[in-house]
Amino acid sequence: MAAQKKRVLVCAGPGCLANGAEKILDAFRSHSIEAVGATRTGCHGFCEVGPVVRIEPDNLVYVHVKTEDVAQIVEETLRKGRVVERLVYRDPNTGRAYPKESDIPFYASQTKVALANCGAINPDDIGEYIARDGYQALARAVLDLSPDETIEEVLESGLRGRGGGGFPAGRKWMFARQAKGDQKYVVCNADEGDPGAFMDRCIMEGDPHSVLEGLAIAARAVGADRGYIYVRAEYPLAVARMKNAVKQAKECGLLGADILGSDFSFDVIIKEGAGAFVCGEETALLASIEGKRGMPRPRPPFPANEGLFGKPTIINNVETLATVPAIVRRGPAWFRAIGTESSPGTKTFAVTGQVANTGLIEIPMGATLRDVVFKIGGGVIGGKKFKAAQIGGPSGGCLPEQLLDTPLDYDSLKKAGAMVGSGGLVVLDEGTCMVEVARFFMHFTQRESCGKCVPCREGTKRMLQIMEKIVGGQATLEDLDALEQIAWVVKESSLCALGKTAPNPVLTTLQYFRDEYLAHIVDKKCPAGVCSAFKAYVIHSELCKGCGKCRRVCPAGAITGEPKHPPVIDTSKCVKCGACVDACAFGAISLG
Amino acid sequence: MTPVELAQRKFERVNEIIAEHGREQSALIPILQEVQAEYRYLPEEILTYIATAMGLSVATVFGVATFYAQFSLEPKGKYVVRVCDGTACHVRHSMPVYQAIRSRLGLKDGRFTTPDMMFTVETVACLGACGVAPAMIINEKVYGKMTPEAACTIIDTLLYRDGDN
Repeated sequence: MAAQKKRVLVCAGPGCLANGAEKILDAFRSHSIEAVGATRTGCHGFCEVGPVVRIEPDNLVYVHVKTEDVAQIVEETLRKGRVVERLVYRDPNTGRAYPKESDIPFYASQTKVALANCGAINPDDIGEYIARDGYQALARAVLDLSPDETIEEVLESGLRGRGGGGFPAGRKWMFARQAKGDQKYVVCNADEGDPGAFMDRCIMEGDPHSVLEGLAIAARAVGADRGYIYVRAEYPLAVARMKNAVKQAKECGLLGADILGSDFSFDVIIKEGAGAFVCGEETALLASIEGKRGMPRPRPPFPANEGLFGKPTIINNVETLATVPAIVRRGPAWFRAIGTESSPGTKTFAVTGQVANTGLIEIPMGATLRDVVFKIGGGVIGGKKFKAAQIGGPSGGCLPEQLLDTPLDYDSLKKAGAMVGSGGLVVLDEGTCMVEVARFFMHFTQRESCGKCVPCREGTKRMLQIMEKIVGGQATLEDLDALEQIAWVVKESSLCALGKTAPNPVLTTLQYFRDEYLAHIVDKKCPAGVCSAFKAYVIHSELCKGCGKCRRVCPAGAITGEPKHPPVIDTSKCVKCGACVDACAFGAISLG
Repeated sequence: MTPVELAQRKFERVNEIIAEHGREQSALIPILQEVQAEYRYLPEEILTYIATAMGLSVATVFGVATFYAQFSLEPKGKYVVRVCDGTACHVRHSMPVYQAIRSRLGLKDGRFTTPDMMFTVETVACLGACGVAPAMIINEKVYGKMTPEAACTIIDTLLYRDGDN
């Protein structure tokens, strides 16, 4: 690395990979230029403008790069030191060009801790991680600190679980340390199931060693000699990167027996999930590692006392563990200085949906929703109006415009009826039907309910039925009352967090967008014009040739008219099967 | 080959997989994953065989195999097309993409696999490629920023490629 004067960092995050990042990297490597190294990195975060290429040390960023552009970048930037203007990011509103990454508004308001190395290093090379102070924290935890001192530091930092609940990580560690037993386990929860969240994937793919280092520090602190990383089945690349990281760490003596010459031994096993959302719940995850159906069990006993194979176990999320090395290296006071009093540090958010700058961001806790959507996210796409932000996936809620100034931290979001969850943040514009969004989440949680406890199994099913009735234009006001009542029962009495939080999307939309529910039920209208039950097929006479094909295919006999003239649809007879649309050769029929 | 020999040959690979992972119950999911990678689904007789070989009840093995979405007890097509219907993809109109592919391949009602076993079309909760929503994945390759037209073009290319062979 030292011999390289310039480095080309090609983003190989999920978005850029889908847009051909590997071919771009190959193209760079096919030009051999002296003192220039080209490498793939994890996600740079700015997925919207991918594939992204960064040139170091100039901090120069090129966006929407294609393989055809590589020759010009090599010639102009790498050989002559000039900027290729046409590949520079431009603010879509002001048109201003931002050649340097640190100046781009998307990056300027971010503070990176868990994502510090993502996009900056080659994730397959432990040397690059070590060059950025990697494994220094483990060395400190193994050689300088006692396990209790390590726990004390994590406690003092106020680090809370980044996977959803926000339970203080240090407390969990302390319980497991105090638990009796000669065999203890540490588990990394990498079963990132929330639709709309991809930070854990990006951390594992972009900086796998930070997760391993965090896990090893946790193991040292609680006295475990074996760890598991439970990765979601849908993330094959993350599995490969983590496996490679384990192999390299073992070769360097940072995992395995007698780490760094001490008496601390620690081994890590990568477990692949098999596709069950509920396995993100810690007791279900443990059952899955044991080879059983991934179903949760009542707590207590908590896993810190009786966990994997009945032994004391701690389970931490990927982002939590990736934050631990920085805390141990830089001290709890440094961490506490970021974020808020009750939620210190930073949090990553996956910003997606109808927003200009989709991507992965990391901000100090307590930054407002407005900052994220407008300052970093660049506002709503297509000049539409902001309607709501869905935070925390199927367990979270929808926050309306009047709550844009809500600080993004555990307690403020909980008060608003949402939750940080894993940090998925989906921006919804005025063209979104909030009732349909709530139905979408109900459909998801109902399908993923494991079926063990009655409130969740039956309750989510009934709630989904009512939601379907509402979007189908069949519901009454009594249904709405029943929906609300069942929602509270499911929330109060389900066994695990899946059920306890499943009603949140419905409850928050009922709280903030009740008028939309009423419009569907009472006025038989979908204000956003999304729900097809309230739409009618119309024949556009200017496109219609009067061939009569639609009349002949209509199974309900709803279309009548004279040959050579545009026919008419009788909406009372129409069953909205769409046969006429398929049959029309002129595209003259549509839902309006 | 006698029927017994045929059966032995069929289970030979399963035996290797079990031997590799061991007979503890914690190895069951990795074993099922590898068996499915080999056969593209989990045939019933192989599940029964695994149960006997690992000393587990048949109900335990079927219970696990039917619990997880990744496992399929039905054969799947050569190309498994999974359209992402995570939140980000959903609000960027993934369902029309899904419907377009189904209608291009003539899949109706409860059918997810084409009769010639070429394509299986399903939805997936989230691929983690939200930055390029709506996304779909065909076997291992991810396609981003899909439209119904673009998705059908990709399907057509696969149909054409296989037609050529």
